[in-house]
Amino acid sequence: MRHLLSAGDLSRDEAILVLDTAKELAQVSGRSVKKYPTLRGRTVVNLFYEDSTRTRTSFELAAKRLSADVINFSAKGSSVSKGESLKDTALTLQAMGADGVVIRHSASGAAHRLAGWVDGAVLNAGDGTHEHPTQALLDVFTMRERLGHLEGLRVAIVGDILHSRVARSNVLLLHTLGAEVTLVAPPTLLPVSVHTWPCAVSYELDEVLPKSDVVMMLRVQAERMKDAFFPTAREYSRRYGLDRERFARMQRDAIVMHPGPMVRGMEISAEVADSPRSTVTEQVTNGLSVRMAVLYLLLGGSESGIGNQEGQA
Amino acid sequence: MCAQKRAKSDVGEGSPARADLDRTRAVLEGPEIGRALTRIAHEVLERTKGGEGVTLLGIPTRGVPLARRLAERIERVEDRSVPWGSLDITMYRDDLRLAPARALGRTDIPAEGIDDRVVVLVDDVLFSGRTVRAALDALNDLGRPRAVQLATLVDRGHRQLPIRADYVGKNLPTSLRESVTVLLDEFDSRDAVLVGPAKARPAPEEEH
Repeated sequence: MRHLLSAGDLSRDEAILVLDTAKELAQVSGRSVKKYPTLRGRTVVNLFYEDSTRTRTSFELAAKRLSADVINFSAKGSSVSKGESLKDTALTLQAMGADGVVIRHSASGAAHRLAGWVDGAVLNAGDGTHEHPTQALLDVFTMRERLGHLEGLRVAIVGDILHSRVARSNVLLLHTLGAEVTLVAPPTLLPVSVHTWPCAVSYELDEVLPKSDVVMMLRVQAERMKDAFFPTAREYSRRYGLDRERFARMQRDAIVMHPGPMVRGMEISAEVADSPRSTVTEQVTNGLSVRMAVLYLLLGGSESGIGNQEGQA
Repeated sequence: MCAQKRAKSDVGEGSPARADLDRTRAVLEGPEIGRALTRIAHEVLERTKGGEGVTLLGIPTRGVPLARRLAERIERVEDRSVPWGSLDITMYRDDLRLAPARALGRTDIPAEGIDDRVVVLVDDVLFSGRTVRAALDALNDLGRPRAVQLATLVDRGHRQLPIRADYVGKNLPTSLRESVTVLLDEFDSRDAVLVGPAKARPAPEEEH
């Protein structure tokens, strides 16, 4: 059984296969029966150790639209709050015969560890500050829908790169698909190893903005910050926030993306967030199609069409 | 790319390799396929009282150009335009777990929808009947047609389900040791129906 642990595990062909499959599956929301029988009799467990509305409901609905049985398992109100370890929880799920496990965890590498313990497919729905591959897939899907191509696309990812799993997954996937990524952040919010990533780095948003086809704004993840990374929120917003004036300097057909949740007035102004060139709500819709595609490709056949082989017994 | 791969296996063999071409024989050539389609177009018009409410849905890959060709012929004969589209059945297959996850084909339902229409499913080869079974399930999720009919270019027999075609281009008695390959100009730059030896395959599950 194969897993989806990192956006970097996907080859170009596999990524395109996910995007094409998602495009076909997007039609389901316009039909009289919004369901496919494809995963009938398969069980998908949503294992969420971190709070999440968007991703969990999106995975849940995606699995249900494919007729899979879904079990939601959140850290609160389960044995986890009684002190059960991830491994013991995994073995419990294994004993129940889960075909797929969607995991979100605050520790980087949790999905990777889980893949070694269970027979089912593991889908990484965000592990610490490491990766969030389905978010990258839905972002790329949205770019392709809006702008028609990915090859040579200039993408700026702006904000808290250090704590962002979205940024890492996007950099890896966009690189695979031939887009050029520039990370924009204050030096304190960039990871030490950023020079090994396949992308450019800048500290000046105003230099990068006019040369970008896509501007992806990231939330400052205050809950992960134990130190002071910038003097004040106001100063951060002045230098790295996307407000009306900066928005006006962008290319006329460039789009603004945000993985949510947004903090209006901090990294993005309300006016920009609600503009027709902002894709925030589309990203949510597309997330459903992309997750259906990933679930189908991982669980629909005798062996999965995408992902890596790690953790194979 | 992957969709093509699937389509090829759907007609049993895909575009045969050069060595295999020597052992295959053409049972229908371009003009005969053309005449068969023209006859089917007339039969559809007869059976549906002039094509009232008819929607043609081709099953990818090779059913789709056949549906388009039928629509063109009906238009030529009766001067009535008939909506046509494609209906992918991958998500409804009964053999999904026997092979790695397959790429999906296109589903393209005409704007009229299928509610209260006479839907004519169009495919290239009718074999086990499992594809048609899947197509009927897919239609069920899309709406409620007034009636569903089936047109196929070749009926090669060996049905595994109680399904029959309403319109047949050619009945082709075959052995299970043979494969039937339909080549269409749109994909293969040639129109032909070929019969050849079956390649070693785990099961004859694939064909229609």
